[in-house]
Amino acid sequence: MNENRKYPFSEIDPDICKGCGLCVASCPKGVLVISEKLNSKGFHYSEYVGEGCIGCGNCFYTCPEPSAVTVYMKNYVEEEVS
Amino acid sequence: MIMAQKTVLRKPRGFIDVYKHKPGAEKDRTHYCPGCGHGILHKLIAEALEDFDIVDKTIVISPVGCSVFAYYYFHTGNLQVPHGRAPAVATSVSRANPDSVVISYQGDGDLAAIGGNNILQAANRGENMVVFFVNNAIYGMTGGQMAPTTLEGQKTTTTPYGRNVKTDGYPIQVCEIINQLTAPVYVVRTSLHDMPNIRKTRAAVRKAIMNARDKKGFSFVEVLSMCPSGWKMDSVPAQAWIKENMIPRFPLNTFRDISENTPAVERPVPVMDPAEVKKILEYDALSDSNLQKNSDAAYDKVAVRIAGFGGQGIMSTGIALANVGMEYGYNVSWLPSYGPEMRGGTANCSVKIQEDTIGASECTEPDMVIAMNQPSLEKFEKIIVPGGALIYNSTLISIEPARTDVKVYPVPITGIADELGDTRVQSMVNVGAFAAVTGMFDPGEIENLMSSLFKGKPEKVMKLNEKAVRKGYEYVKENFS
Repeated sequence: MNENRKYPFSEIDPDICKGCGLCVASCPKGVLVISEKLNSKGFHYSEYVGEGCIGCGNCFYTCPEPSAVTVYMKNYVEEEVS
Repeated sequence: MIMAQKTVLRKPRGFIDVYKHKPGAEKDRTHYCPGCGHGILHKLIAEALEDFDIVDKTIVISPVGCSVFAYYYFHTGNLQVPHGRAPAVATSVSRANPDSVVISYQGDGDLAAIGGNNILQAANRGENMVVFFVNNAIYGMTGGQMAPTTLEGQKTTTTPYGRNVKTDGYPIQVCEIINQLTAPVYVVRTSLHDMPNIRKTRAAVRKAIMNARDKKGFSFVEVLSMCPSGWKMDSVPAQAWIKENMIPRFPLNTFRDISENTPAVERPVPVMDPAEVKKILEYDALSDSNLQKNSDAAYDKVAVRIAGFGGQGIMSTGIALANVGMEYGYNVSWLPSYGPEMRGGTANCSVKIQEDTIGASECTEPDMVIAMNQPSLEKFEKIIVPGGALIYNSTLISIEPARTDVKVYPVPITGIADELGDTRVQSMVNVGAFAAVTGMFDPGEIENLMSSLFKGKPEKVMKLNEKAVRKGYEYVKENFS
């Protein structure tokens, strides 16, 4: 994880994202956008603008792809992943 | 674990890490369309399974529909079953593994149409399972046809002018139907149309799965879900469509929640031990005899058709022959065939007694026919193999058999039984006659089997039947040797 990243933040796998836009619509802070770029499947994927995330988890719970969205909370510590 | 305590929200461990069962290269993503509600519900289920630490004891039953491939994703036990039958299979899985958490995951075409009765019966029995019912108002996988849950006026590929209630009926409200039954403990309808409702769905999913874990019985979670592809719209407008169109017809509600005060389901344990089953069937009593097959018998195998009126002992003759054959160590089969009436209708049965394994148990070309009345004689003498045998009840049959290429034994079966004082012993007269014609059984040895053939009957009845066997045997020996 990039040490300089500011927690909490949402990380979206651009290649897995199918660009449905549900996360963008659900974000209360409007910090997710649909990218101008296309991923390998030809979808305009969703991306985090880099700041403003409050860690509410809306994007995670509204995303239909199990592994597309990961939300790292404010108190996240690396050891969690086993 | 409540969400606030989580330090990361990532792909739940209830999912397989790499979807290795999924064909093709894309083993890191689902097959669902963009914006599909299935993925959201899958995630909520997988998260709950991880949080409750029950992934290993969960069995997910995948239906037919878009979620037919749910087994690609869940890191649980998985079964994929025929259309609409998930609750039936879930029942057997749950009964056989009472400690497991059984999830039946179904769509609206699967559950409300094809499996309509299956779900009602499983719910009515209060099976210990969770049913997740994904309602998107159409058949999604097959291309958006009308489902039982399609809204009035809704356009689908099979209702291009909109669902017309005059021809297609009304949308079925499954939760309301399930809620009429006594057994279910938790019946709820939620929706995925916005974040607050996704969170309510999450709570319902967790509650239902906890019910199954705690063996509370039947939980039913209906989830209104979007099908952007089938509805031909984008994902976000699809969520709005649920709110505007589906919720008025399918109101969100917790219809029932009595799990808290419901004790854990406990069912009588079925007898599965082979030794115990044998004991119940009294198998050992039957196999005790060490009767030797008669190597000089005229027949070493026989297929016999016994026919007459219902009430003439047709079936009992067949059962007695099969049982005696079994005592001699033969393979036997008995196949009854009769009309709906217990007495007075026509009846016949097929019995096979042979050394080899039996394939088909119906005797279409019998070696022998025992005809107890005239219609049976006329009907069944035609099918005896040439050189076979025909025993017929000469008391009641006054015509001559038409066949000349078979050995004919007219025996006054009813007369002999009446002389003994009870018409009902006709069947054992038949057994005696059969023994004499085939030479396969010895009447003295059959007498020793009476206690197993007429178990629980008075001594008098056994004696009478012993006499009947003897009389049938002797009549054939005296008149046809």
